[in-house]
Amino acid sequence: MISPAITSTRPRAAWTAALPVIAAGALIAYGLTSSGYIATVLGFAAIYGVFCTGLNFFMGYTGQASFGQNAFAALGGYGSAILTDRLGLEPVLAILASMSIAGIVALVVGYPTLRLRGHYLAMATFALGLITYEITIEWTSLTHGYMGYSGIPPLGLFGYELANEKQQLVALVVIALFGVWISNRLRNSRFGRALRAIAGSEAAAAALGINVARYKLAAFVIAALYASVAGSLFAHFIGFISPEVFGTAMVVLSFTMLYLGGIGTTWGPLVGALIASLIPEVLRSTLPGGLKEGQDIVYCAILILILIFVPKGLSSLGSLWQARRSAVREG
Amino acid sequence: MSAGSSSVGATVPQTATTSAHLFEARDVSAHYGRVHALKPTSLHVGRGELVTVLGPNGAGKTTLMRALTRLMPREGSLFFEGRDVSALKTHELARLGIIMVQEGRGLFGQMTVRENLSVGGFTRPHEDEKLETVFTLFPRLKERVDQISSSLSGGEQQMLAIGRALMADPKVLMLDEPSLGLAPKVATEILETLGELNRRGLGILLVEQKAPLALKLARRVYILTLGRVAAELPADQIGSHHDLARYYLN
Repeated sequence: MISPAITSTRPRAAWTAALPVIAAGALIAYGLTSSGYIATVLGFAAIYGVFCTGLNFFMGYTGQASFGQNAFAALGGYGSAILTDRLGLEPVLAILASMSIAGIVALVVGYPTLRLRGHYLAMATFALGLITYEITIEWTSLTHGYMGYSGIPPLGLFGYELANEKQQLVALVVIALFGVWISNRLRNSRFGRALRAIAGSEAAAAALGINVARYKLAAFVIAALYASVAGSLFAHFIGFISPEVFGTAMVVLSFTMLYLGGIGTTWGPLVGALIASLIPEVLRSTLPGGLKEGQDIVYCAILILILIFVPKGLSSLGSLWQARRSAVREG
Repeated sequence: MSAGSSSVGATVPQTATTSAHLFEARDVSAHYGRVHALKPTSLHVGRGELVTVLGPNGAGKTTLMRALTRLMPREGSLFFEGRDVSALKTHELARLGIIMVQEGRGLFGQMTVRENLSVGGFTRPHEDEKLETVFTLFPRLKERVDQISSSLSGGEQQMLAIGRALMADPKVLMLDEPSLGLAPKVATEILETLGELNRRGLGILLVEQKAPLALKLARRVYILTLGRVAAELPADQIGSHHDLARYYLN
């Protein structure tokens, strides 16, 4: 008998397919019935979920390295801020316009950069993030430099604004789920199979007729579009952005989320974003007084333990459980 | 019997920019840094012909295959169906029908058998029909269609690699040591399947170390040593290992 661990995604039971929707519903309910602070934490998780879902296209599905997606989040964030503040655009239109700019920049930057591979590509993309960071600091007439950009309007459409964080949380979760839905559709499409073939072996993919350079560029642009949306959502959710928001810490955190949830999986990025956002809050509220000082150490220890015992990420827990159950059943 | 590029030029009337063969390489050479791993080499495959390239370890067989499919930079000219395709990239050559099964199989390990086959037919229509053809040829793949490819046995993986190449509708199929690491019985089974494909009219360029098996199938043989073609001769002219050893040592 073939083990479930080595079989593909067979048609799943209806309840399994509905699980993400139920989980999202429970999350929204929790956020709406809790304090505004919890809603803000969950909102951050949803925004990072969007960012990581995009990063997953390039790093997970296509198997490439990018340390510079924060650059496109910065483009989205500052694009939204400037377009709504100076040009008076609707937030939704500003998000779409910022996406277009980020997409074009990704196309122009990605074309030469993606000729590199491995560590060289990682360094080039890292430089992209650093350059964008410097620009946001130095171009003060446009970005307000270290002071940051404040007074960014909340999400809304046709004059209607989502006034508080709980209303915005609902919108953010819906957008994050929509992002995962698109990711899932693309992953299982002809396009997605080409990306995953490139991740498996670039030489073999090319030898079968796949234009590797073009597909890598497409994955890079898609990741940039997601990053731009995440940056814009952050700007409208918090109402303030600064260069630090889109700094190197964003890259480190998004990598943590991606590997924690399961790189290359559909739900992994969102799951990772949620867990990595919630663990510090849970520790803050549950650790006894004396241990609160070492909260970061406990947080890191938990992350390391998860990665040791569930190396394929938390979203693989289901298949691990199924494999163990069938192993027990077989004897 | 004749050796190297000159022999090819002597037996086939040709002009500088066309070729009468299905597939022809003229003075193809390749470097790894300063190392001239493949010296100017010429070879050809006719329509419906199975040609084998034999050579000891380090002779440059894999380099030759990678150079022919432009998986590495190379000099020299390449012709396919009479057309100069020297400037085409790997994926463009594949779209014309020049398909290679790499040494080590190059499977997409995290994909299922079906997904691997589907990627094989990426540039071609009528995927379902081709799937049936592959499953008829390799019934074991049909039994494992939803299995992750990295969990297959070595023989099954090789079947999948060949099946995936067939999905790409090859006109000339290049295989780099398809019997490598396989049990003798499985290796024979695989090579017999290649013989069957050749009888159906598929042009095949087969790189092998298992000389006896390859020689049974091939019509012509190129012997590669030290990065150059040491000889080109009809397969039936090689009677024993001693004959081969003579070429390898020369």
